[in-house]
Amino acid sequence: MDPMQAIKDTFFQECEEQLGELETGLLAMENGSGDEETVNAVFRAVHSIKGGAGAFKLDKLVKFAHVFETTLDKIRTGQLAPATPVMKSMLRAADVLADLVTFSREGGTFDDARSNELIVELNAHCEQKTGEANAEEAPAEEADNNPFAALGWEPVALALEPDVNEYVIIFKPKPELYAKGNETTRLMRELSRLGALTVHCETADIPLLADLEPEQSYLSWRATLRSDQDLATVQSVFEFVDGDCHLDIEVIDFTRETPPEPEPEPAAAPVVEVVAVVEEAKPALEEVTAALEAVKATAPPPREAAKADANGANNATQNTIRVDLDRVDRLINLVGELVINQAMLTQRVLEAGAVKNASIATGLDDLEHLTREIQESVMAIRAQPVRPLFQRMSRIVREIADATGKNVRLKTEGEGAEVDRTVIERLADPLTHMIRNAVDHGLERPDQRIAAGKAAQGEVRLSAAHKSGRVVIEVADDGRGIDRQKVKAIAIKKGLIAADALLTDAEIDNLLFMPGFSTAETVSNISGRGVGMDVVKRSIQALGGRISITTKPGHGSTFSLSLPLTLAVLDGMVVKVADQTLVVPLNSILETMKPKGGEVYGLGPDSQVIGIRGGFTPLIDVGYALGFRSERADPMAGVTLLIETEGGVRSALMVDAIQDQRQVVIKSLEANYGHVEGIAAATILGDGRIALILDADAIVNASTGRNTPSEMLLAG
Amino acid sequence: MAEIETKANTGAREYITFRIGSQFYCVDIMSVREIRGWTPATQLPRAPGFVRGVINLRGVVLPIIDLADRLGFAPTEPTARHVIIVAQTGRQVVGLLVDAVSDIINMPADKVQPTPDVGSEAARAFVLGVMAIDDRMISLIALESVMPAMVGEAA
Repeated sequence: MDPMQAIKDTFFQECEEQLGELETGLLAMENGSGDEETVNAVFRAVHSIKGGAGAFKLDKLVKFAHVFETTLDKIRTGQLAPATPVMKSMLRAADVLADLVTFSREGGTFDDARSNELIVELNAHCEQKTGEANAEEAPAEEADNNPFAALGWEPVALALEPDVNEYVIIFKPKPELYAKGNETTRLMRELSRLGALTVHCETADIPLLADLEPEQSYLSWRATLRSDQDLATVQSVFEFVDGDCHLDIEVIDFTRETPPEPEPEPAAAPVVEVVAVVEEAKPALEEVTAALEAVKATAPPPREAAKADANGANNATQNTIRVDLDRVDRLINLVGELVINQAMLTQRVLEAGAVKNASIATGLDDLEHLTREIQESVMAIRAQPVRPLFQRMSRIVREIADATGKNVRLKTEGEGAEVDRTVIERLADPLTHMIRNAVDHGLERPDQRIAAGKAAQGEVRLSAAHKSGRVVIEVADDGRGIDRQKVKAIAIKKGLIAADALLTDAEIDNLLFMPGFSTAETVSNISGRGVGMDVVKRSIQALGGRISITTKPGHGSTFSLSLPLTLAVLDGMVVKVADQTLVVPLNSILETMKPKGGEVYGLGPDSQVIGIRGGFTPLIDVGYALGFRSERADPMAGVTLLIETEGGVRSALMVDAIQDQRQVVIKSLEANYGHVEGIAAATILGDGRIALILDADAIVNASTGRNTPSEMLLAG
Repeated sequence: MAEIETKANTGAREYITFRIGSQFYCVDIMSVREIRGWTPATQLPRAPGFVRGVINLRGVVLPIIDLADRLGFAPTEPTARHVIIVAQTGRQVVGLLVDAVSDIINMPADKVQPTPDVGSEAARAFVLGVMAIDDRMISLIALESVMPAMVGEAA
């Protein structure tokens, strides 16, 4: 790859992180939990983006980031109070900034009107609170607006601005400054843009050639600047080299009639000198860079401790590494194959009858443990907190709230919950859709809310929590809830159910997931994009997840997603059903039992229940339910697995025999075939054959009358 | 027959021919990934009869279509001598269970004739066109129609 492109990619990756920080910080500021450090963090995020964007000449991004930064600076310095309207603009500015970053990375079109509108808005905030905002009005152009900058003189400004200051700047770079690729030339050039500048290079410290250390810094500069800018602006020139140089800026009040420095020494001369010195130092610098790379790559040995100390700040932040995702995926695939291979090996050894040899058995056990540990560690690499996903949602909420005129607050909980990266990626679309639905369909308009005796501001709660080996994500709104009468009427009108169908509340709620169902009477451009909850349901199912609704009319609805932590492995029980080998996910099994005579009762013509410790639980013959056999098998001949579904419903699944309990690698059935009702996925067993992984919930729902809508449709 | 028309522009193509019962069929060689012997498949619940199940193709779950059954013949009773043609259709990979693979033929696009208007619905649906070679008629299989239409495909 083009090295420039690689650097650019890194920049954009960092932008993503900065944007995340920015969003978090702004939200904290908005709800009042932010402190000074939060504001600083937000400022730094925008500043870093601006800095990087400048390096790549991404002008639009720089311009916008600059205005944004200026406004933030006002807040940071206490000149502008972070009141609600200001924070609203800030959040929208963060959205535009994110869009600009995307635009800069991927090209395409960007609506300048949006950024310009916000620039005006942000400037208005600045002006409103500060009388002298004029100076900052078009800061992005300030450098360009000064045609005298190139000359190094600023003749007219003196007359107009009475409070011109003179700064004496003593600048002595440390070697680190050069090591980081900064140059005095640039800094001085930057200073010269602020006003009339004269520079002296102090060469007294340069030792004799024999004593000269090539990596040391011997030069220092004394610059005199006459400028109408304030001290902070002058200091900001040195912002990026902060800590890498000795900097001393002395302000001399210019009102005491000191005539302008008469010495007409052109700024160019020392610049040339500096360039020459820097050129000389180049090979050395390259060596330093190489050495630094080496330090990064390996832990610094003790004798290099001093060097490491000098770069202490760097090393402290080097606890994470960026790894190409493809490499991680390759590793995960390989580990997956390893798991299968280990299972095959174990099986072969068993078949060969070698288990009598204790050492082989121990060896196999150890191998299994190791494989499992490797797998878990590798999976942990991919696990990521859901925070960035949730952050994206807060933006969605803002946009829809604006578009629908609703007042909405997004409350997030459990952002730290970690889930496999693929799950997070593939969750973004369905979650976006659910959030949109919650705001657009779930919440009422402020006037309706007040009429209903609720606060004008609606709340959407987005939460994540780990629950028995899965992650449960909930989208809850405190809106009007699902109008079941209306839902049913629409379903009848659209011919999705028979007009005289008797449905339980839960069944009516589930109608929302039917293809072709949309309750919005007018198709809005927010939710009604022709994508319904059926698509959400299917994408969640494709992830091995489940979605359920609970709703309380007048009090809101909760959509609950239950997802596997990883898409790669699960612990399962290998069972035999009608000569087929199936895997039942272990996390759904409560206990296993062998039914005794007299415990199984018929209930109606087509159902059976099993008595367990005084209670009765529906008994489902898995082979019959899946259509592997046309007659129910004798319950006494099989084994019963007592399971609990996501909805908390208990059922007993009957299988012919339990064979094994093992970790299996999940293989997609959808990739080359499609979704099979009652089957979650496939896996490869030790004998190399494919076994299907049972979707216990779907089996239970299908068999106990909690029909999925599509089956009701078929039945009706 | 848009596909045949586009092929006309690209000249001759190679086809793998195979036998089902006494009839000969072929698929475009470019869509064939490999040819392998029959291994028992894992049955899929509630799948159409022509879907024999799925097998493990080096870690990939491969659905097996009994082409004879799909075309309306009696279902194949596979033995070790039967053959699976692993073919790519769109983004999916399927295995076609056939009696035997016979030959690779090279056929100019203009020698592919439209399917004669026969009574068999399956033939009309799954045969893109026919070609004549050495007194034999070979029917070109429309791979993308062979897979059952699934809801899951869209997801």
